[in-house]
Amino acid sequence: MLLGYILRRILWSVPFFFAASLISFALIQAPPGDYVTSFAATLAASGDVIDQGRLEALRDRYGLDAPFIVQYWRWISGVLQGDFGISFEWQQPVSQLIWERMGLSLALAFGTLIFTWAVALPLGIYSAVRKYTLSDYALTTIGFVGLATPNFLIALVMMYIAVVYFGADVSGLFSQEYQVAPWSWGRFVDLLKHIWLPIAILGLSSTASLMRIMRANLLDELNKPYVTTARAKGLSEFRLLMKYPVRIALNPFVSTIGWAFPQLVSGAVITAFVLSLPTAGPLLLQALLAQDMYLAGAFILLLCCLSIVGMLVSDVLLALIDPRIRYR
Amino acid sequence: MSEAVLEIENLVTEFPTRRGVFRAVDDVTLTVRHGKTLCVVGESGSGKSVTARSVLQIVDHPGRIASGRVLLHRHRTARAQEGGEEDTLDLAKLPPRGNEMRAIRGRDVAMIFQEPMSALSPVHTIGNQIVEAIRLHETMSKKAAWARAVDLLRQVEIPNPEAAAKRYTFEYSGGMRQRAMIAMAIACNPSVLIADEPTTALDVTIQAEIIDLLRKLQADTGMGLMFITHDMGVVAEIADEVAVMHNGRVVERGEPLAIFERPQEPYTQRLLDAVRRLDTPSERRLAMRATNPPSSPVLTVDDMAKHFYITGGLLGMSKETFVAVRDASLTLRTGENLGIVGESGSGKTTLGRCIQGVQRPTEGKVLYTDKAGRTTDLARLREHELRTAWRDIRMVFQDPFSSLNPRMTVGQIVGEPLLMAGTHSGAALRRRVGELLEVVGLPANAAERYPHAFSGGQRQRVGIARAIAPEPRVIIADEATSALDVSLRIQILDLLLDLQERMGLSFLFISHDIAVIRYFCDRIAVMHRGRIVETGETEAVCTNPSHDYTRSLLSAVPVPDPRRRGKTVRHRYVEDKASSTAA
Amino acid sequence: MTVQDVVPTASVPDAEHASQWRLMWWAFRRHRLAMIGGTVVLIFYLIALFCEFLSPFSPNSTSARDVFHPPQMLRLFYKDENGDRAFGLNVQAMTQKRDPFTLQTTFVPDPDRRIFIAFMGRGEPYKLWGLIPLERRLFTAANPKERFFLLGADRLGRDMLSRILYGTRISMTIGLVGVALSLILGVSLGGISGYLGGKVDAIIQRFVELILALPTIPIWLGLSASLPQDWSPLTRYFAITAILSLVGWTELARVVRGRFLALRTEDFVIAARLDGASRRRVILRHMAPSMASHIIASVTLAIPLMIIAETSLSFLGLGLQPPLISWGVLLREAQNVQTISQAPWLFAPGAGVVLAVLALNFLGDGIRDAADPYAQGQSA
Repeated sequence: MLLGYILRRILWSVPFFFAASLISFALIQAPPGDYVTSFAATLAASGDVIDQGRLEALRDRYGLDAPFIVQYWRWISGVLQGDFGISFEWQQPVSQLIWERMGLSLALAFGTLIFTWAVALPLGIYSAVRKYTLSDYALTTIGFVGLATPNFLIALVMMYIAVVYFGADVSGLFSQEYQVAPWSWGRFVDLLKHIWLPIAILGLSSTASLMRIMRANLLDELNKPYVTTARAKGLSEFRLLMKYPVRIALNPFVSTIGWAFPQLVSGAVITAFVLSLPTAGPLLLQALLAQDMYLAGAFILLLCCLSIVGMLVSDVLLALIDPRIRYR
Repeated sequence: MSEAVLEIENLVTEFPTRRGVFRAVDDVTLTVRHGKTLCVVGESGSGKSVTARSVLQIVDHPGRIASGRVLLHRHRTARAQEGGEEDTLDLAKLPPRGNEMRAIRGRDVAMIFQEPMSALSPVHTIGNQIVEAIRLHETMSKKAAWARAVDLLRQVEIPNPEAAAKRYTFEYSGGMRQRAMIAMAIACNPSVLIADEPTTALDVTIQAEIIDLLRKLQADTGMGLMFITHDMGVVAEIADEVAVMHNGRVVERGEPLAIFERPQEPYTQRLLDAVRRLDTPSERRLAMRATNPPSSPVLTVDDMAKHFYITGGLLGMSKETFVAVRDASLTLRTGENLGIVGESGSGKTTLGRCIQGVQRPTEGKVLYTDKAGRTTDLARLREHELRTAWRDIRMVFQDPFSSLNPRMTVGQIVGEPLLMAGTHSGAALRRRVGELLEVVGLPANAAERYPHAFSGGQRQRVGIARAIAPEPRVIIADEATSALDVSLRIQILDLLLDLQERMGLSFLFISHDIAVIRYFCDRIAVMHRGRIVETGETEAVCTNPSHDYTRSLLSAVPVPDPRRRGKTVRHRYVEDKASSTAA
Repeated sequence: MTVQDVVPTASVPDAEHASQWRLMWWAFRRHRLAMIGGTVVLIFYLIALFCEFLSPFSPNSTSARDVFHPPQMLRLFYKDENGDRAFGLNVQAMTQKRDPFTLQTTFVPDPDRRIFIAFMGRGEPYKLWGLIPLERRLFTAANPKERFFLLGADRLGRDMLSRILYGTRISMTIGLVGVALSLILGVSLGGISGYLGGKVDAIIQRFVELILALPTIPIWLGLSASLPQDWSPLTRYFAITAILSLVGWTELARVVRGRFLALRTEDFVIAARLDGASRRRVILRHMAPSMASHIIASVTLAIPLMIIAETSLSFLGLGLQPPLISWGVLLREAQNVQTISQAPWLFAPGAGVVLAVLALNFLGDGIRDAADPYAQGQSA
């Protein structure tokens, strides 16, 4: 039953991957002028000698004179073999540029997710159980403000406070000496020392929304007849709360992990730019501003795929924790 | 008389609201005795449920016990013999969230509820929920508790209990859920079981089984049973003592025989009168038929079937066919009331909607003969072609809340069919709506008000006014009285008969309630699993059913007469293989 | 059984005759935060409407003398020639000093000089809504040669207050226009999906799922980056709104479809069909009013998302470009830590964003709670 469901969901996502790759490629193609023209322009701008033969070879390789669908085919078959094309700004294959940054992005998002859950769920439960008390109102207010403030603004304010009152620079994920160093224990510890602030900043608005949703879900569940049944059994209020309504109110959350995680990765783009973190976001932005489209397209494709995988994971998780889903 | 185990004395439970304190339970005194059944009977809003919940102090927020005592005599229960310091406790004095109160809940006093689907957790197995109930009050290993849970499931007659314990609530049928709920409630051998309308949501045949089960368990364990119901038939069936509640007060208490035969209070008298009248043919109807016998057929249903297709599987490619109605043939004659009776899932509602043409029949014909004598097959018409026929064939819905658009005034609702037919408009429309409202017994100024200003019974009258507005010939009433209390039910039925006389209507009356059909219908068609198993004159079918299913259905209906308790022989209908596999 | 079952239903005077909107208003009025939110939103839109008249100076007039001029405190009284306290709006003037060693400029208060502010005074001429030429401003410097900066000045010496007031217009309307576009897309696709059902519904639903599966921010960024650089600011404004609403409509489509499917099988809708009402009438007269309130609530909650999105895009330089003024464009000036540590008042547009979004969220929450005044009667 469950296996069949998972299989069905995986099959379902195939057209989604296809559509996502089409969209990414369309974005690569969107700026006026093809890639080689821009490449030539960049080279000319930097005063390099333009080798017509090389340009022709490139043109040929990416089939730039061929129709859209042929170009797409060449690109996607490259991507499937791990070749995302060349970044003309960096003069390097895209695949060499993206992986470490994607890795740091994922680590950051993972940390944020843990932080968000650890803070939001207890507060949401507390807020629902103590509904309409002073602490509920306080949490609600904080939640609303957290939701209303764009992350990058908080990041800016934090940087301002750090600079003006502590004279510290909180941007980046590494200290000077570790910035380009290879991975080592010391570099890892250094990362941990820096990563907490971005996590807190990125987590604030999702914590706020998660808290609100948890509160609302739980309030719905608290009035259900099965809660009365459990109470009539003689369960203590705390055990009752944890075993029944919280368990059921959590369902939507567990199922949104898969969805929230990619959202966090993509949502971090702007904040990461403000805090100049060495993650995917700033590089994507830079690529977009410079119209370095193979690089940008690779990021967009990866982020799209991450979202689709996340959706898949969500559905499977939901089927695992909620027996009712499996039988549909 | 055996000893009292639970005594409720002068209980008052209040709900503080913005407009002052509302007394849901007002000075109620009741006694539950060892091994006996106390039935608390009353209509909706009488406070019977709140009384039950007050015992365990699980009244919904913001309700609270204001005064009174709830005495639990623990020394008089079976458990007292096992030793321990068990004595009389006033439950109303215990803090609702404290350990003492919790130790009582589920152990000394257990409770079962109306909706077993929503009252059980959807995400835990049945076994898990029963084990929890056991281990809360008794020190026992998980394994032993599980074995006990399986045992309990066997005790409540759930087939294959080992496997059933591992299943989830939604995998159980309605009756099985209620059995599981009972198993959970009796897990710790309670001295008192409070059953809050435990059979209301179930079909009568299932209801009869659950009542049998409760009775058997009571005989085995000697628990006191406090049974809350609105159904006088059930009361007559099981009560050792009856308390009638009305507006939060107990208006009358006594032995069932005394209550049923010599009711003292006018309220009890009215209630019983309504119940008794319902179970017999309406004299009004018989008189009408004597002077004006039903004539030629107005609606003929010929071999009609309705299939639903459920798409599923990989990419929605596999299709399953569900046959809701098969080979249905019926005739409704002018000036006649035809009842269609069946339990949930029997296909009676689908049949009604297919006849009306709201849903398109898959096979067969629905022949309608209009005033001029022309006959058309409604099953072949498209929606815009049906509109003329829909002026003649109208519908009254079950739910008086969802069938009226809350955003339109009553006048707009009743006037809509007239406006659409183009027969009335402007002042004439307003006048006509006023007349219609008066006919159904509503004040003329009701037209400007919105549905939310009316009670359930009044809303149902609005629905009837809308149905009769275009002067129809046939009315299909789908469970039109099921959502109403029994005293309102008979008023609405009388109104319909009244309209029949005035306007020469014919009714197709769909219901699960045999009593209502017996009162209202000349002929009856019994449906079971999409098939009409029996048709005939109502009285003939009710007194001498020919099909096994009809027999089992009729024998399951509780009779509101305590003298006939145990006299009816219950038939259990076991379906033959062929029809069950095809369904 | 709940309280609603046992407590007789509310008998507010005249509730029997109250229409849906009146009942909603009564429910909404009880929601105090929502009322405050609504008032603030109203004020914001009034500012957006009359920003030319409300701002003391033209948002584009630069002044080299006043680069990064700090905010000045508004005073009600001053000491006149005789040393007596006199009433009159004024600010203390500031003069620029250059540190001879670091060459850094600082502003120091000049205790002898005050700048008087005239109410409804004659200031720089402007055109209200780009049409009506006017000179009077709600308040401006009494002496046209002088300038004052209640919220400071930016790196070109432009008055931040005036710029923020102008920014209100674009930031608040981009939400409205974007939501209007989403509304058209969402309501029509959601309605078609819900009404036709079957295959069309399945296709539209897959499409909605696809859009929901795509990561919003990278797609926004990608699309905005691929807009041609040479487009006029106005074209760009509409292109950006279109991009924002491209993602926003799915939520509305879901709401509409969900309500539509639920309503389609409601008894009262079937009753309307049986009454002989045409498809059109069933949808417009019987179903639409039940959906309207839910749609309004979703729309109100969608506007703040649009505002945040526009702010973020413009902040990154991918959204609106100067000379258009939006809060995001203004915040772009605050990108650099060095700049903001020198001139923290550049954050001020951020306060506008937070306040507007907060107020819209409160308002939307209130409307959502009041959207179904009939809900409590059913199995609450």
